[in-house]
Amino acid sequence: MARNFPVRDADLSKEVVKLRKVKLYALSTCGWCRKTKRFLDANDVDYEYEYVDLLTGNDKVRALAEVEQHNPRKSFPTVVVQNGDTQVVIGYVESRLREVLGL
Amino acid sequence: MSSEEAQALRQRLKSEAEAAGYFLNPDMDFVLDLMEGLLTNEERYGYQACPCRLAEGTREKDLDIICPCDYRDPDLDEYGACYCALYVSEEIALAQKEVEPVPERRGTEPEPVGEEHEEELVGFTRSGMPVWRCKVCGYLCARSQPPLKCPICKADKDRFERFPWP
Repeated sequence: MARNFPVRDADLSKEVVKLRKVKLYALSTCGWCRKTKRFLDANDVDYEYEYVDLLTGNDKVRALAEVEQHNPRKSFPTVVVQNGDTQVVIGYVESRLREVLGL
Repeated sequence: MSSEEAQALRQRLKSEAEAAGYFLNPDMDFVLDLMEGLLTNEERYGYQACPCRLAEGTREKDLDIICPCDYRDPDLDEYGACYCALYVSEEIALAQKEVEPVPERRGTEPEPVGEEHEEELVGFTRSGMPVWRCKVCGYLCARSQPPLKCPICKADKDRFERFPWP
């Protein structure tokens, strides 16, 4: 996105965080998914989430295809961070989440 | 927060685990959340499918991920915890070590081959009894049918396979 007006660095980093898309694919029954969700909440990460086990029909097929695209093994939790490039964290690996989310 | 059923299930699994030399995760809240997951799956599917994996919904397809799953013991050996970290090593149970993330093992190892072929040739003791192996814990027994429940890990009868013997 081209900008034709000056932006201070602090504003820019906020803008970047705003443009970033974070999605958590989880199971409602899974302990590690719950830990991941708590971690994202505790760190004020703006994210969307879906409990794939609670979806039905086309929604479930669509969500599973999305997970598979980033994680062929289709395991949970899968966190997808889209921020120009795409980064994926499979499982609750706190160090990786911190790295990918810039925490 | 957790229901009485979850507390009761935890108590039962804990005593069964300890009687057979296994250990539950010492993090009680984490375990109770997993108990809720197991109970949810039991209600949803009719069996306690692994709460950390997406079940297909038919017992036959999910047999290997009914808790305790076929992958628990190899994951305990390699990582000190099962995939969910419900079952952990003694070190982790005693808080001498932290639980680390366990990668998904399911689907990474080829199915044992030639089982059908072998079954015709082997699988009986000299006295003519077939030998059965619990796919969860490896318990072996020689009897006409596998037991209704594994005496070691309490897995159901359909988790047993014929074991080539001798």
